[in-house]
Amino acid sequence: MQCLGIVRQGRHPIRWLAAAACVVAAAGCASSSSGGSQPTLTISAAASLKDAFTTCAQSFQQAKLKFSFAGSDQLAAQIRQGASPNVFASANTKLPDQLAAEGKLSKPQVFAGNKLVIAVPQDSKITGLADLAKPGTSIVIGDASVPIGSYTREVLGRLPPAQEKAILANVKSEEPDVASIVGKLTQGAADAGFTYVSDVKGTKGQLKAVDLPANLQPNVAYGAGIVKGTPNTKESQAFIDDVISGSCSKVMQQNGFLPPPNA
Amino acid sequence: MRHRLARAGARLFPVALIVAVAVALVFLALPVIAIFTDVSPKELIDSLDDDTTVDALKLSLQTTLTALVIILVIGTPVAWALATRRFRGKQILETIIELPLVMPPAVAGIGLLAALGPKGILGPLFDSLDVQLVFQTAGVVVALTFVASPFYLRQAQAAFSTVDRSLLEASRTLGASEARTFGRVACPVAFPSLLSGAALAWGRALGEFGATLVFAGSFQGVTQTAPLAIYAQFGTNFPGALALAAVLVCFSIAILGGVKLLGRLQPT
Repeated sequence: MQCLGIVRQGRHPIRWLAAAACVVAAAGCASSSSGGSQPTLTISAAASLKDAFTTCAQSFQQAKLKFSFAGSDQLAAQIRQGASPNVFASANTKLPDQLAAEGKLSKPQVFAGNKLVIAVPQDSKITGLADLAKPGTSIVIGDASVPIGSYTREVLGRLPPAQEKAILANVKSEEPDVASIVGKLTQGAADAGFTYVSDVKGTKGQLKAVDLPANLQPNVAYGAGIVKGTPNTKESQAFIDDVISGSCSKVMQQNGFLPPPNA
Repeated sequence: MRHRLARAGARLFPVALIVAVAVALVFLALPVIAIFTDVSPKELIDSLDDDTTVDALKLSLQTTLTALVIILVIGTPVAWALATRRFRGKQILETIIELPLVMPPAVAGIGLLAALGPKGILGPLFDSLDVQLVFQTAGVVVALTFVASPFYLRQAQAAFSTVDRSLLEASRTLGASEARTFGRVACPVAFPSLLSGAALAWGRALGEFGATLVFAGSFQGVTQTAPLAIYAQFGTNFPGALALAAVLVCFSIAILGGVKLLGRLQPT
């Protein structure tokens, strides 16, 4: 109603702007109230889950899904500081386990696996770890605090010390989440990076994955839990179940994720 | 009836003002206070003694001051030109200059990458000159300069346009060239305003996050400025992040305080 007053009083260009703003605001109100009986769940999820979860949301029936994608460590820290999304889906099991131990999360469930790879631009000549150790190669990895960064350090830690040192010497940036590693690679800012195989798939051909030797591959397991004290736990659990074994699990696999490893 | 309503409104208005001011004050001050109270002062000081934190602060000072020098050297003549000349397309030029003020910093970073990155418009040129910005400290300076320069430019342009015309004309009729008038008359008169513009630009540069991360990356001692270090530590070392945040807040308070003081010095 206040909007209408402004619109009536306003001069020409302002009036149109105000009217447009009102329409947008009203549309926002309308769409947020039109959910009816369907609850809305907020899911805090690792950046690597973005494509898969966004697709899953379109066919999930029990609730509307709203996502917050970032580095898992950032999301966990937000929950520690009192943020309460319904579900926390992490790119590792360590963070959900910690939150559960602190009483902030229900017992976590492993819902997917993934594979660490060397991601390189499509036309790259890099074929393995040996190339990453060559002087002049620029590499981006995840910050030690984010799961992709700790998996990467796990792999590098299994290499002969000289090779590990040579590769680390080529690291030019430690990014806060996997999305920003991928961004640096697709922009040609770096020659190679460590990401999940699903991230490479998400670039639709801009990047290609170079496999790591099987004996170096870390056990990448994604864990999720329901944040304590949040409503709609039934729907939250339904979403986790859908990711583990429902239609979303197929989407996950199409996006390059692996079935949940037996941890 | 109408009369009585109007009178009631007149009486209520001061109360409404007080309430609005109180709400604004609490809302804006509380997060700042929380940074200093959430962790004990001793813990704050202890967590400053950490090489990630020290490196980040050093790098922040180094890069923001370098950016500031660039902004002053190039920005001051630009502001003078804009303040003293009228030409076609001036408004368009001003809009372009002010755009970084409202542009999301991450967008600025993507723009810089698309312009100056290895695959960017000037990428081949930089490559042939062997100039690298991405992942380099120089790249941080570029990002800071891009984002912070409008804060100085706007203030400096306003300062130059309020310099008393008669002073400038007197200088000219006494035979001084424009360069001399600019250097000996306009700059000294506008100095307090220029300084406060510089302080605002410096403050913005110190807080820069998105453009730096997207364009220059984050690496301790090379590109990880204080805001990036805060973000990196937020997940794993909350007291450390708060300690760095506290230092930045102190800087900001000092900068704003300086600006207010300069404002008082300004001749009216």
